[in-house]
Amino acid sequence: MLKKEVPQDLGIAEGMKEIVYAVDDDGNYELVPSAGWDPKNIANDQAWDIISEQIEKVKKQIKAGTLSPLAYHMVKNQMDAGLLAQYVGLFKWKVRRHLKPGAFDKLKKPVLEKYASLFGVTVEQFMDRATIDEDYRPGKDRLI
Amino acid sequence: MIIDFKHRQSAHCESGVTANLLSHYGLEMSEALAFGIGGGLFFAYLPFVKINDLPLTTFRYTTGAILKRTMDTLDIQVRTEKFRSPQKAMDELDRVLDRGIPVGLQTGAWFLPYFPPAYRFHFNMHNMVVMGRDNGDYLISDPVFPEPVRCDRTSLMKARFTKGALEPKGKMYYVTDVPDSFELQAAVKIGIGSTVKAMLKTPLPIVGIRGMRFLATRMERWPQKLGQEKAVLYLGQLVRMQEEIGTGGAGFRFIYAAFLQEAAALLGDTRLRKCSATLTAIGDRWRAFAVSAARNCKGRAKEQDTFAAMAAIIRDCAAREEALYKELAGIIR
Repeated sequence: MLKKEVPQDLGIAEGMKEIVYAVDDDGNYELVPSAGWDPKNIANDQAWDIISEQIEKVKKQIKAGTLSPLAYHMVKNQMDAGLLAQYVGLFKWKVRRHLKPGAFDKLKKPVLEKYASLFGVTVEQFMDRATIDEDYRPGKDRLI
Repeated sequence: MIIDFKHRQSAHCESGVTANLLSHYGLEMSEALAFGIGGGLFFAYLPFVKINDLPLTTFRYTTGAILKRTMDTLDIQVRTEKFRSPQKAMDELDRVLDRGIPVGLQTGAWFLPYFPPAYRFHFNMHNMVVMGRDNGDYLISDPVFPEPVRCDRTSLMKARFTKGALEPKGKMYYVTDVPDSFELQAAVKIGIGSTVKAMLKTPLPIVGIRGMRFLATRMERWPQKLGQEKAVLYLGQLVRMQEEIGTGGAGFRFIYAAFLQEAAALLGDTRLRKCSATLTAIGDRWRAFAVSAARNCKGRAKEQDTFAAMAAIIRDCAAREEALYKELAGIIR
């Protein structure tokens, strides 16, 4: 790749530049900052599409009363029950149970606090089914 | 206490940390040179290892190995520690920092507040150098960022003890002894030798040149076997592995070409400079594959973007890389 051809296609990095290696006119390698490259941006968007779809699906299930708010925070933080269980120090089957609305509503304060602190929200925010907010999507402005 | 540590941004975290640490101890070294001596270039297609339900392809050697091999080859003593207790891990970090020693850390990316949210994946193989403490914050030379960054103690402690695959367990490392002189030429040859061996001689069909051909064969079958929708997800994952932050472009091929150029100068061998140009051209072929693959992901595939055509590009890369590694083997003999 030639230095003058290093792509500067704005992507999910939103202004942060990474280093790529490219050659100058004499064929000498240099480190060149790059804002992004469209083929890579497309691949990244594809990955974020999957996350967004999962979040949308879970939101619907929470509204329908088949999943608890924990499911939302779990997919939003790109975790599965196994990883979540490791972080909060519970058995995986317990975390799975908490994904169900019935078990979730019976959760005691210490457990709620554990979850909330892991996700960086307050217990009220964590439990609230109504305030499932607008989701973060990197490079969103660029997509419009 | 803030250590006088020279931060340089690099493409990849591990080779960047290695190069910056070595430079701190008087062995001025570029990222590319550290990457090459550490035998960083690699290829493996691991269809049975799934990340987000998609197969893993790697263009670099195992995590941690680049640092270890570079330090070992240059006979530099490094002390590595892992911890059970996060508190003890932080205390030990402080203790070593207070002695004026820059400390390398392996961390997860998820809890680092200075990471743009787009990069906060559950990825546990990030590397950085802590260069001091200031007002309860840590001053960090994170090689993928243009300037040194700050991180609070709690976040750094969390990042050092992330869970999941390849947990860092608070891993920290620092240089304890540096020899008076370095055999750089010999180290470069050893580095090239290990890459050549890994790419040509690994007795596994999923690794090296054979791995590339294996990927090509599998790729041709993706649409029939997985359906179009899933097949393009596989392509997208491959493009991310090849081009996402840290590879320097074309799945580390360009960094390695930069290394070969430095090697040519160090060993006074113009053939290596020619090899560098060859690898640059191969990298451009990998990028051509990414362009084709991305058009498929976007649903805008042209006539020349069939899975068979993309597999053909990978086979072409395999053939050209095979010839290159054989030539390199001859040069360092």
